Amino acid sequence: MKKALLLTLIVALFIGVMPSLAQDGAFRVAAVAPSATNDLAFSQSMYDGLMAIQSAMGEDAFQFDFQDGTFIVDDAAVALREWAASGDYDLVIAHGSQFGSVVEELAQEFPEVSFAWGTDENTFGLDNVFAYTAAADQGGYVNGVMAGLMTQSGVIGVVGPIEVGDAKLYVDGFVDGVAASNMDATVNVVYIQSFSDVPLATEAAETHIANGADILTGTAQMVVGAIAVGSENGARWFGTQSSQADLAGDSAVAFQIYKWDVILADMIGHIQSGVLGGESYVLTLANGGLVMEFAG
Amino acid sequence: MNKVSQSALAARLNRLIDFSPVIIALALAMLVSSILLIALDADPLAAFSAMLEGSVGSENATAETLVKATPILFVGIGITIAFRGGMINIGGEGQMIAGALAGVTVALVLGEARVPADMAKTPGAFDLIIVTLSLLGGFLAGALYGGLAGFLKAYFNVNEILSTIMLNQIAVQMMNFLLNGILLDPSEAGFNNIPKTARLVTAAQLPRLSLPLGDPWLFARTRLHWGLIIAIVLAVLIYIFLWRTSLGYRIRAVGENERASSFAGINVKRQMMFSMFLAGGFAGLAGVVQVLGLQYRLQTDGSPAGFTGSAGFNGIVAALFGGLNPIGAIPASAFFGGLLVGAQKMQRELGVPASLITAVNGLVVVFVVSSEIFIQQRSKRRVSVSEEEDG
Amino acid sequence: MGLDDIFTASVFASAIRLATPYIFAALGETFAQRSGVLNLGVDGIMLMGAFTGFYAVFSAQQAGAMSEPVSLVFGVLVALIIGALMGLAMAFVSVTLKAKQGISGIGVYLFGLGLSELLFQQWVGTPKSVSGFPRLNFPVLTDLPVLGEILFHHNLLVYVAFALVPISAYVLNNTTFGLMIRAVGQNPEAADAMGVNVTRVRYATTTIGGMLAGLAGASLSIALINLFQQNLTAGQGFIAVALVYFGGWRPWAVAAGALLFSFVNALQLQIKVIGADIPSEFAVMAPYVITIIALVFAAKRQEQPTALTRPYERGE
Repeated sequence: MKKALLLTLIVALFIGVMPSLAQDGAFRVAAVAPSATNDLAFSQSMYDGLMAIQSAMGEDAFQFDFQDGTFIVDDAAVALREWAASGDYDLVIAHGSQFGSVVEELAQEFPEVSFAWGTDENTFGLDNVFAYTAAADQGGYVNGVMAGLMTQSGVIGVVGPIEVGDAKLYVDGFVDGVAASNMDATVNVVYIQSFSDVPLATEAAETHIANGADILTGTAQMVVGAIAVGSENGARWFGTQSSQADLAGDSAVAFQIYKWDVILADMIGHIQSGVLGGESYVLTLANGGLVMEFAG
Repeated sequence: MNKVSQSALAARLNRLIDFSPVIIALALAMLVSSILLIALDADPLAAFSAMLEGSVGSENATAETLVKATPILFVGIGITIAFRGGMINIGGEGQMIAGALAGVTVALVLGEARVPADMAKTPGAFDLIIVTLSLLGGFLAGALYGGLAGFLKAYFNVNEILSTIMLNQIAVQMMNFLLNGILLDPSEAGFNNIPKTARLVTAAQLPRLSLPLGDPWLFARTRLHWGLIIAIVLAVLIYIFLWRTSLGYRIRAVGENERASSFAGINVKRQMMFSMFLAGGFAGLAGVVQVLGLQYRLQTDGSPAGFTGSAGFNGIVAALFGGLNPIGAIPASAFFGGLLVGAQKMQRELGVPASLITAVNGLVVVFVVSSEIFIQQRSKRRVSVSEEEDG
Repeated sequence: MGLDDIFTASVFASAIRLATPYIFAALGETFAQRSGVLNLGVDGIMLMGAFTGFYAVFSAQQAGAMSEPVSLVFGVLVALIIGALMGLAMAFVSVTLKAKQGISGIGVYLFGLGLSELLFQQWVGTPKSVSGFPRLNFPVLTDLPVLGEILFHHNLLVYVAFALVPISAYVLNNTTFGLMIRAVGQNPEAADAMGVNVTRVRYATTTIGGMLAGLAGASLSIALINLFQQNLTAGQGFIAVALVYFGGWRPWAVAAGALLFSFVNALQLQIKVIGADIPSEFAVMAPYVITIIALVFAAKRQEQPTALTRPYERGE
């Protein structure tokens, strides 16, 4: 603790004396995300992405601040504005499609700051905004094809949050995948209308099992209970966003994982060469932004 | 008469002087939070100074505190009316959503109509009408939604705590349905399907607020908007309404003694509905002001709090801290706004989890509300002393 | 699709599972409210019960210190104790310090919501599952057609919840303690004059309410879902408070309300699973709408405890 304090003091002095050096120092990123950094889903995928960049570039060259749990848009807005106004950050990330309006306003007010937000593809025509999204339907399709081939009962259950964004993409892709590999299989889709209602998502999984499902999949952070139900009842689990292999245990089959570090690296390159935005990224299986992970 | 108002004034002064238990309560809350912070390897002193800095430490921080306080104050005014009328309104969240849905619809429709007027270069009057009608739409929708709970209570004896809790959930699903359907931003209908409305045109937005102090003006570079002024003006008006008009008197009479009011010839059922109508209306205003003043569009993450920021609940706390007096709700809302905004700063600066902040907020609420007994006891002692002097 | 596809045995079984936490929490709240204390903090206590119960089981099972059944009993005990402590705190605040009950309840809720998540993140991290209460198999009964699936294939806590309904009704209506509770909630001055210790009764009921809320949380985290996640209850505690009003402070009617609410919820899931083409927003809305409508048409209504939310001031 004392050491850290001393170090900070020295660094602070150093920065104070040589302001020019601070600008050439570490690449600094700040990000908000709506749920916890260890939610096994959307927010964790971005946190893991930033961690991956940090371990690749080294802590001296890359630092980031991460405020999680900002599901209240206003709370995120306060953080984003503060970061943008401070001038301390090379890139400010708003990880959540609900933050679009905030980014649109801030980017115009702070044209010298680079922003990134997703999942969406709209850069608002501003040259200091990156937009990013994931073609979640691709991994969904892969999972669906496998699920269609694996099912014994011919019934597959899907637990979704709200029929929007990458959740909808994943589910639609999954349904298409099953249809491609197994014409006779039935896919039952339930959107529980919440990203957080674990009890309802769990009971939705129970309902799937009761209706004969032997394979389950789902997306967003409320599916954790559904995963547990699946493994208790011997149903196999396909996941997306982050790896849920530890939780799913023996029932785990495959996971589509978001590797935001692929596009983050590209953004950083752009920013370092003076391009602050204007580009829209899509994670795909082809560009390595989406990776399929298979359970042991 | 004169004597009564004098002692009322004295009592009010005592209330101000007797602020010490609140301070002790806050100190206690800080103590417990410090223990939690130390357990998390965080420096409590740094934490609290971050909190202070984040709430009033800069122009922007102060503005954000007031921005956060605005919907809390609107809801708080409504809750004050409801409580004074004997109704416990837990439905602020749902009423906010109802108000936002109606208000944003009005703003979108009239905003479209504004476009030809744009070309005629006649700014001002028509814009004011758009904003005013949107606010009225929000008020009315919230009022009807709150009034529904009042109606169910008055004519079907459905407890308003039950109905408002249920109506909150219904409102969220209504919002999800509409934002995914007829209100969906046309540009979203393709690839992303993010449930949000189109962005309001400038004419339909509530203007930002700045004060002619310094250059640039104070708060010119912040998100502070006119909603705050509207809320404060309404707080004063509602104070006058409750304590200076016969209609206001009737609401309070029902809240204080339903049976006696009924004997006195007051239509209790109608007053119940009316106080819930007003309470819902103010929550509705809170909702529409959030859209018109801040986000310029309505969007949902499927949960009520994602949009409301839990102002529907925080407004209850602010109303009670404000002594169930609309004027008192003003500083109470500012206090809570500062607490919430400062807590976020603390999370950013120290990297402590957001959940700690939630827990600390809970402690502050419990401790402060618990401290009231000491204030009451002291003022009671004063009253009994003065009674003895009189006798 | 026919009605047979909708009203399956599994839907009824699902309703019974869903109702379990509501029954625990709402029965506890019934005790508190009958004595005049409105505890709006039920959801926060549920969350603390859910987390601590889960964590007790989780760490016991990780360490291998106890056999599985013992670890589960341990988890239940921890949840009960934590619930009791939070109930006691609520009693201290609202009975002794006479704080406004609506507001202090919201404080307790926020405290429980925040602390349970904080502890979860510090001690556990990401969602991890435990071996929770297993589903029971009864000889003969479980194998009964239809009824077996509906009634005789649940975990132990489900049966405990339903057993508590007649027990609560009996305690409230037929025992001296119940009489004291009702007296204190109806007319504390008279009860006091008759020698009933108003404060002690209210402490007891609020603590019982806390224990049952803690158990309600544990029924989620170590019996029905078998893991913890931040805000696991997703507002069920508030619904439980609403159900107390629904049932007019009578345990049987409160449980009936919990079952009705849960049944509609189970039904909407089933309807979506079998692919009915209705907007899922309206399906999710259904339990809330129907609960209100049911109360509108409920024939008999009971007046609320007169002294509800009113702290007792002893006259000199």
